[in-house]
Amino acid sequence: MSGTRLVVGPFNRVEGDLEVSLDIDDGAVQSARVNAPLYRGFETMLMGRPPSDALTLTPRICGICSISQSSAAVHALAAAGGHRPAPQGAAMAALIHAVENAADHLAHFNLFFMPDFTRPCYADRPWYDRTVERFKALEGAAPKQGIEARTALMHILGLLAGKWPHTLAIQPGGVTRAPGPRDKVRIMASLTAFRRFLEGVVFGGSLEEFAAIETPDALMAWDTGDVGLFLRIAADLDLDALGRGSGRYLSFGAYPMSSGHGFDPGLWAEGRLDPLDLSGLVEDLSHAWMLGETSHPATGQTLPDEEMRAEAYTWCKAPRLNGQTYEVGAIARQVVDGHPLARALAGGGVLARVAGRLLELARTQGLMEDLARGIEPGAAFMDPAPDVQSGTGAGLVEAARGALGHWVRVQDGRIACYQIIAPTTWNFSPRDARDVPGPLETALVGTPVAEGETTPVAVQHIVRSFDPCMVCTVH
Amino acid sequence: MNVLWLQTSGCGGCTMSVLCADAPNFFDLLDNAGVRILWHPALSVESGEEVIALLERIVRGDVPLDVLCVEGAIARGPRGTGRYQMLSGTGRSMFDWALELAPLAQHVVAVGSCAAFGGVSSAGGNPSDAAGLQYEGSHAGGILPPEFRGRAGLPVVNVAGCPTHPDWVTETLMLLASDALGPTDLDALARPRFYAEHLVHHGCPKNEFYEYKASATRLCEIGCMMEHLGCVGTQAVGDCNIRPWNGSGSCTRAGYPCISCTAPEFEEPKHAFTETPKVAGIPVGLPSDMPKAWFMALASLSKAATPERLSKNAVADRVEILPSPRKPRG
Repeated sequence: MSGTRLVVGPFNRVEGDLEVSLDIDDGAVQSARVNAPLYRGFETMLMGRPPSDALTLTPRICGICSISQSSAAVHALAAAGGHRPAPQGAAMAALIHAVENAADHLAHFNLFFMPDFTRPCYADRPWYDRTVERFKALEGAAPKQGIEARTALMHILGLLAGKWPHTLAIQPGGVTRAPGPRDKVRIMASLTAFRRFLEGVVFGGSLEEFAAIETPDALMAWDTGDVGLFLRIAADLDLDALGRGSGRYLSFGAYPMSSGHGFDPGLWAEGRLDPLDLSGLVEDLSHAWMLGETSHPATGQTLPDEEMRAEAYTWCKAPRLNGQTYEVGAIARQVVDGHPLARALAGGGVLARVAGRLLELARTQGLMEDLARGIEPGAAFMDPAPDVQSGTGAGLVEAARGALGHWVRVQDGRIACYQIIAPTTWNFSPRDARDVPGPLETALVGTPVAEGETTPVAVQHIVRSFDPCMVCTVH
Repeated sequence: MNVLWLQTSGCGGCTMSVLCADAPNFFDLLDNAGVRILWHPALSVESGEEVIALLERIVRGDVPLDVLCVEGAIARGPRGTGRYQMLSGTGRSMFDWALELAPLAQHVVAVGSCAAFGGVSSAGGNPSDAAGLQYEGSHAGGILPPEFRGRAGLPVVNVAGCPTHPDWVTETLMLLASDALGPTDLDALARPRFYAEHLVHHGCPKNEFYEYKASATRLCEIGCMMEHLGCVGTQAVGDCNIRPWNGSGSCTRAGYPCISCTAPEFEEPKHAFTETPKVAGIPVGLPSDMPKAWFMALASLSKAATPERLSKNAVADRVEILPSPRKPRG
């Protein structure tokens, strides 16, 4: 195939709307453009409203990262008001958030990512029959077991957060419901059942043993459970080489609590860890259907270009930190947090991103259990925050898919400015004013495309390895 | 019965909610009821050209469409073009696709309040000019006219909620599959009566506090949230406290107010969501089918009779005073 352009869409098993344009020559992608084709305008919806309305509206940006959005809004408002939550309240908010992230990682693996290996183009591979039996979309055993385990895990959210998605339980002062002793044992019971599922079916072994893996060789030797099946596929198809990243990673730090973060914040580039400093952060609008100036989100605007000018190709702005793109997500968090396996996989492609997610799933189980064990049923779970009259604040959290930031300015008791940068805004950003493509656009270059492929399967693996959430991306 | 599911201008949260369907799981539940998913954007294997080919077969009539589920509002902007949401790979807006597909379906189901009424996608001045399928807010007529009927004769079935409860969706689909959902099974806003004939108030664990107007003053206190914290559970339709969410939850059970997410225009309460607007200290928006004077008389009477147990517990974050056991007889 030579000199052709492919427009790939509707791109499913990603959250929300995605279109990818590919220039193909010599059987490989020469350049890619990523379009987030849905604009709703949440940032402008919030203007002029009472600050607390952000807690109701921003979770509804996204049905899969709902608690992440809630948590970012909570932290932004707390920062604007100079308020700290009750420590036990912050710990419950972290537990609620960790349940969502764990459920998202599982849903990604079982429902979104693995079904691509059941496609007939792989019928001659030695792992094919087993993969179809396990992961066939809508019908395989793994999607059903996965949603059953996820449903049972989310009983913790029924208990602590009322419902999922779209809870109002997390507030700047803590959480609205104080768990008692019976909630504590019930939460532990749900977590133990989830552990049994992860160890028995997903990993086929001890989560602690998986989390203790330090080298890619030891990883590839893990041969049990659905994870073992994936690693067999990854070795056969060389998924480490497919869709490699820049090796620059960003994490805002997951689960901020009075005792510190569950997973630490920071920047990783050129094999070095630096503290998180967002003073050099801007959103570039050169290739987005947005008007206004390139600016820091604390002073940014959202003015859609109704003309949809020809030189732009997406509603997604392009975040750049000190002029550079950064990849975010589970692998970024685990690299920044200093996990030896993640560090060894840094800069890798599909394998690194998926292994980073599995590693984090194993580690998050322990984190959730620690948080549940730490519940003090007699403590205060809320230190009510006064309404914010004026102030500015940033809420920096980690969604399953990576760094999520809300920047708010309150004036005279009303929201005067609200800007959001979501994980996939980083990963699926368009080109910037210097024509530097975003992380996915870069990762897609060189991807092999077989003769006659209209929706290249390798492209699909790469796109889904990022676990994109398009509804968050533009918001 | 086959189902084509489209995600239009929304958050995808109703799909995420429906996957929490409990025992049996969502896939088995539909399969057992003879409901086959033609394509779902989060769940099916097909991507790209395979999907476009399916849509074309439906348009040509080669694949009869039993149910079109639409999740999300329809973006009509900018300037009526619908280009705020293009169905990727097709060069056409979702607005355009929805208008083409809806008349082909035996039934059209609006999954969630965005698809039903516009919902949160139409909040705050409605930047994308979003509307529901057959309603724009509380006004009849969305992108489809009020007189629109699916081929089988029903208006768009509005499984409203933000998000919808998994059972509201699965039971609606199972009723349609067994030809057991008729026009009289829908309320005045075309929501299935099986959940819309209840109020969120029904079964709310704060009922005793409500009876005595023993009110929480801050989120985290366990009293009734109607007087101060914006709760409209006495007016909101939904069986949220009769059949709980995610095992045992509901908004009010978790200590935050019902914001009536099953209703049109809930996204614009005209006051902060978690505050009750008052006139001269009296909450506005009292139960809609009760004479106001009677409500006030009963409220002042019950307030005067509030047991100390309730007035103290109402402003605590957990039960402090227990119900007293009956004194032993004799």
